[in-house]
Amino acid sequence: MADAGGNIQNIIKDITREGDVVIVKLTGEIDMHSSTELRGCLLEITQERPRLLVINMEEVLFLDSSGLAVFVETMQQSRTQGRQLKLVGLHPRVRSIFEISRLMDIFQIYDTQEEALA
Amino acid sequence: MPDYTNTSEPVIQVRSVIKSFGDQRVLDGIDLDVMPGEIMVVMGGSGCGKSTLLRHMIGSIVPDSGSVKLFGREITTLSEQEMNEIRKKFGILFQSGALINSLTVGENVALPLREHTHLDEKTIEIMIKIKLELVSLRIHADKMPAQLSGGMKKRAGLARAIALDPQILFYDEPSAGLDPVTSAQIDQLIIDLTRKLHVTSVVVTHEMDSAFSIADRMCMLDKGKVLKIGMRQEFETLRDTPAENLTSDQDKLIRQFLRGDADGPLSRRKADSDYEEDLLRV
Repeated sequence: MADAGGNIQNIIKDITREGDVVIVKLTGEIDMHSSTELRGCLLEITQERPRLLVINMEEVLFLDSSGLAVFVETMQQSRTQGRQLKLVGLHPRVRSIFEISRLMDIFQIYDTQEEALA
Repeated sequence: MPDYTNTSEPVIQVRSVIKSFGDQRVLDGIDLDVMPGEIMVVMGGSGCGKSTLLRHMIGSIVPDSGSVKLFGREITTLSEQEMNEIRKKFGILFQSGALINSLTVGENVALPLREHTHLDEKTIEIMIKIKLELVSLRIHADKMPAQLSGGMKKRAGLARAIALDPQILFYDEPSAGLDPVTSAQIDQLIIDLTRKLHVTSVVVTHEMDSAFSIADRMCMLDKGKVLKIGMRQEFETLRDTPAENLTSDQDKLIRQFLRGDADGPLSRRKADSDYEEDLLRV
């Protein structure tokens, strides 16, 4: 794992690995200050080439367009590798950022982690 | 900085602002609150002070006296460096679009991101696509401003204005120079972006069709003073009330402006003062 210093400790709450599945739990606000570190973390995980990467966003209350861009780039990586990326638990305000940016169809979005893992 | 999108505190608070240029008092004691998430339209005739008020709200000029607060913070006394930090929280769509002609549309949108953030170039590249998609210009990212129509320039300017995910968007005469259909498209875009991005919008305009299409609340200025602030519906009622049913001169004046009538207190006032000035000029 990358050095989990600075803002990233506020964003990355937990990373768990179950076989070839990686679950990343995020918390707090993803903005232009924290998205750079988030990008580093997610790109590093995609280098592990997990079959499925689940990003749990139940505790993410705010997401700006830099965070959105990080998820798009992570999705690009996953698709290139033929792997899966799933997002879980978008708060209404976070969901609306995905909606207005017309990204709902690009991502697989689930209400709960259980559904994403099923 | 507190998040003002979920509070009932004004995002912008203007109090007793007075500004003169030479002998001419352009703003004469302006009070105005703009609430989170609303579209406030500031309107009035040429020289009423609306553009000067806008310049106060974006911190490009300071008042002779009075207070201007953004996000609860007094901006009239800030240093340039402190003001630059506040400026990252709002975007401005200038009348002309104010694009840099030597840069492509995409590079224009990227400019604030490259100047004010440390984001990775790959992140910026994706953000540009997202911003341009929001204003339906993604496929024109590589065009130069000279290749764009007036409406497209406005949309490109808007994409740049939202580059840093601002909490407030200021629009200076967004319909100026546009045909009616393009103007209506820009109006719809202002509404969509305000609602979906949860921003607060301040629109300065003298185009009444546009004002009534987009406003939640309206503020009418005349001779540097606020004539009326209210919900759009109040202004609609005033506009649609027969002149003979209005008792106050102020309401009649507002009505004439809203309707764009050739005859009324506004034109009489102008004609009277012009005539007197012309006759008595030595």
